[in-house]
Amino acid sequence: MYSAIVFLPLLGFLIAGIFGRVIGVRASQIVTSGLLVVSAVLSIIAFPQVTFGGVTDQIHVMTWIDSGSFEADWRLRIDALTAVMLVVVTSVSALVHIYSIGYMSHDEHQPRFFAYLSLFTFAMLMLVTADNFIQLFFGWEGVGLASYLLIGFWYKKPSANAAAIKAFVVNRVGDFGLILGIATIFLTIGSVEFNTVFEAIPHLETRTFLFLGYEVPLVTTICLLLFMGAMGKSAQFMLHTWLPDAMEGPTPVSALIHAATMVTAGVFLVARCSPIFEFSPTALTVVTFIGATTAIFAATVGLVQNDIKRVIAYSTCSQLGYMFAALGVGAYEAAMFHLFTHAFFKALLFLGSGSVIHAMGGEQDMRKMGGIAKLIPATWVMMLIGTLALTGFPMFAGYFSKDAIIEATFAGHNPMHMYAFTMLVIAAFLTSFYSWRLMFMTFHGAPRADHHTMEHVHESPLVMLIPLVILAVGAVGAGYVFAPYFVGEMHEAFWLDAIFRGANNHVMHDLHNVPSWVVYSPFAMMVFGAGLSWLFYIAWPHIPRELARTQAPLYNFLLNKWYFDELYDFIFVRPAFWIGRILWKQGDGRIIDGLGPDGVSARVLDITRGVVRLQTGYVYHYAFAMLLGVAGLATYFMLGGVH
Amino acid sequence: MADGYILSLITFLPAVGAALILILRGDEGAVARNARWIALWTTVITFALSLYVLFHFDPSTANFQFVQKTDWLGGTISYHMGVDGISVMFVVLTTFLMPACILASWESITTRVREYMIAFLILETLMIGVFCSLDLVLFYFFFEAGLIPMFLIIGIWGGARRIYASFKLFLYTLLGSVLMLIAIMAMYWHAGTTDIPTLMDHPFPAGMQTWLWLAFFASFAVKMPMWPVHTWLPDAHVEAPTAGSVILAGILLKMGGYGFLRFSLPMFPVASADFAPLVFTLSVIAIIYTSLVALVQEDMKKLIAYSSVAHMGFVTMGIFTGTTQGIEGGIFQMLSHGWVSAALFLCVGVIYDRIHTREISAYGGLVERMPFYAVALMIFTMANVGLPGTSGFVGEFLTLIGAFKANTWVAALAATGVILSAAYALFLYRRVIFGVLDKEKLKNILDLNRREMITLAPLVVATILFGIYPAPIFNIMAVSVEHLISNYAAAIAASDAAGSAGNAALEALRQIATR
Repeated sequence: MYSAIVFLPLLGFLIAGIFGRVIGVRASQIVTSGLLVVSAVLSIIAFPQVTFGGVTDQIHVMTWIDSGSFEADWRLRIDALTAVMLVVVTSVSALVHIYSIGYMSHDEHQPRFFAYLSLFTFAMLMLVTADNFIQLFFGWEGVGLASYLLIGFWYKKPSANAAAIKAFVVNRVGDFGLILGIATIFLTIGSVEFNTVFEAIPHLETRTFLFLGYEVPLVTTICLLLFMGAMGKSAQFMLHTWLPDAMEGPTPVSALIHAATMVTAGVFLVARCSPIFEFSPTALTVVTFIGATTAIFAATVGLVQNDIKRVIAYSTCSQLGYMFAALGVGAYEAAMFHLFTHAFFKALLFLGSGSVIHAMGGEQDMRKMGGIAKLIPATWVMMLIGTLALTGFPMFAGYFSKDAIIEATFAGHNPMHMYAFTMLVIAAFLTSFYSWRLMFMTFHGAPRADHHTMEHVHESPLVMLIPLVILAVGAVGAGYVFAPYFVGEMHEAFWLDAIFRGANNHVMHDLHNVPSWVVYSPFAMMVFGAGLSWLFYIAWPHIPRELARTQAPLYNFLLNKWYFDELYDFIFVRPAFWIGRILWKQGDGRIIDGLGPDGVSARVLDITRGVVRLQTGYVYHYAFAMLLGVAGLATYFMLGGVH
Repeated sequence: MADGYILSLITFLPAVGAALILILRGDEGAVARNARWIALWTTVITFALSLYVLFHFDPSTANFQFVQKTDWLGGTISYHMGVDGISVMFVVLTTFLMPACILASWESITTRVREYMIAFLILETLMIGVFCSLDLVLFYFFFEAGLIPMFLIIGIWGGARRIYASFKLFLYTLLGSVLMLIAIMAMYWHAGTTDIPTLMDHPFPAGMQTWLWLAFFASFAVKMPMWPVHTWLPDAHVEAPTAGSVILAGILLKMGGYGFLRFSLPMFPVASADFAPLVFTLSVIAIIYTSLVALVQEDMKKLIAYSSVAHMGFVTMGIFTGTTQGIEGGIFQMLSHGWVSAALFLCVGVIYDRIHTREISAYGGLVERMPFYAVALMIFTMANVGLPGTSGFVGEFLTLIGAFKANTWVAALAATGVILSAAYALFLYRRVIFGVLDKEKLKNILDLNRREMITLAPLVVATILFGIYPAPIFNIMAVSVEHLISNYAAAIAASDAAGSAGNAALEALRQIATR
């Protein structure tokens, strides 16, 4: 069954990818979506068996790399962590497939699109079922490839092509760390299998090893290198720049890859490696710091963006920061819970915004929207549910998971936990503000689109709305239903050994015993943010413009995303091309070729030319040369005779 | 079939084919047509025979197999052929790529077709000979003679600056070969034989190893090519006809790596260990330097040529770690690069045949008219980038693991190649394949035809198959590599016991200086 879950999407990819042109658009849609639905149903069936039933399994598929002591197999690992991810990945993917049938109906490359989606799903499933670091890396890069292909799906747009390359290359920067992390693990433990590695780590807690000339603590180094990979994939602070640009891809792609699944791979990696991270307080502190910083950073940028998808993209970035903050204080369960609920409401928001864009005839700029709530009421309701869930409105999904994280950071023990708590509470306020800003600007107030567009605003077809409804059910209920299992009193029975807790890690217990002001603070922030947003965008709409004008430097700083793109362009991209050109023209051309072959041949030519010139044909020239020679010879012998 | 003669048969069958083409008679068109078909059949049959060797190869022993030995020149230099788990792969790689070369030249070569095919078949004989020779002189003969057909292929059927390129190639390789020839003589005077298996067990004194190693290194480093003796490669690639580039990147570059594995490591283990830091330095420089240079190239072939240098950097780095992962990874990387770079050059050839330019800026939006081509190029680009699931990943990753064992700095710096390769490869792909197809010349460009598909299909299969299931390749080479490593480690241990290897090298230097 597990093999079927993983390999059915691959089958769909192969059919739609290879025979897409032959079997046509409709068949490609049906085959890929149908197989994904089967896969999702199987995942949902498997879910209770694994989590409540405690079934764990390892399915050997075949040998992969076997070089000396280095062994990596294709093997599926099934435990609670995998089961949760299977449900998230396959169900969101199936819904996105179905939604795309409607959303992409006017596109001429649909078989290719559906093939890519299925390829992505397969790679993601390989990632979450990996039993060793190499297979995980296969899935890791596979989703990166699919992401690259889908961001650049509209290949005629230069911006889409640039964004695709940026996503791949920035991710590779993270992979640089991941590869070295895996190499370190293999070097010190002699295996890349999860079980072997996890068993060996406790014995290495105090070991140091020589890395780049420094004697460094082993476990911390491994963790930080792995975390570098996670930062790239999950768009954390400093390696986040690719995610907003990735919105160049079709909206269903943003929902599936850049909100619900792929970007959470980093969170999954850290949770999967909890048996390693638990032995490095230093690394966990770094994780907390980066997570909390990302949460606040992305939220501030989200405040001023005007592209509807970019707002949600920064929101995703920020929410991922929440998850990492939770991981950092040892609340892996809370992070996974937020991953789970976030998948539903963020996919809902993205697909909902896709529905808006669809209705507005491709317009993504919120400044050209407004006043369309009545025209597309179903979409409005869906977006409203998504917003309530994201901002943590009581009883909606985000309320349970986000509050669990905030409480966990308060209850945590590492040096950064109060920083994280403060940042996350402020970020909760910002989240509420920008989420409602999005709602108000898009759906309410006076219409700002032209007549022509407004006349054509229409509700999306059922094939798009039904996936929205299903996701909305998840966004409403996933928190309430699953909270007791993911983070509540039954969490140990739910997760079993899939997540490791160190001997001193009681954060999952402590988070239920925080002071009541801690519990209420995110709620207060949510109300405050929503209220302020209402004032700014409904009651006194001139205020934001005034603010932007009077606080121009701050506004521009946020609008330009803290100038990260410009900075990286200045310190990495341009120098790389510049150095490349110098090495090519000067290094290869002038120095190596100049001193080497070209130089040698030029000297040979010079000498030949000289010899030619000597043979002038005049007798007195020869006589003179002869005389010189005789003189030289005589001098030599005389000097030699002295000795 | 007598196993004792099969290697000779494989080696000289292409030469027989060349002879057949030589005696062709008739008008020019008929000769050209027949020459093509004879060349194709010869290479296909040769490939089939090499598969026979592969399937009858016993991977459980490190001994040389299918051995043939007869006296050749005097009593000492013999005609000695045989393969082990390392060389057998390169033989098959050669025979595997040759039919693709012939097919790639089918329509693009229109002048002197007869001579062209003869040159290629002779080249094949010489290349297979390199990997099968078990006698130093025989090896040297094949190794150097291979230069002549390559020189002619570039010089006659090449592009505008072909004369410059071919002379550059000649100048560089000649320098290395002269030194290697001297080293071979020195080895003969010392050991009294040129028999390779015997020499592998012959303990050369540490001081002598240093000089011999350097002499061989000069030759192999140029072939590889390693930085800074790599500048002949971009020029040679740019000027060579497509099939010439395929052979150059696919096989000729591998002779350097093969030489390191066959001579440097087993025969001069102490010197190899001593010079490993030098090799690491050059490899890491090659990886970063040439990747950056590749980023700014405007000519497709040059870009791929520079990326080849970077990939070969991983190979040399892996080989000189002396670890199982490093060496097996290096060999795998050479094989994988053999078909991936060959395929990339074939892909460039496909559009060059249509538009007659290699300028990247002349293309754009090809996916519109050439979807199959776009898919093929995507697969090879990803293999070049080292994406897991393609054969490019396995070798690159293993060499990094091996390097990490040897020195974390080396591994960390080499791993930046992972980022840079993604940048230049995807940047190339974007400029050629994506974007709007608005250039007038490209409006009617045609997708891959049947011949081109047949040429590329086996390479696609190899790239993906050995990416997800590389086990067959590792099985064949495992024992031979293990044998190599255990001898290498034993020799170094012995030398350490007899006093530090470094001191011995210094001692040798001092002796020469005081002489």
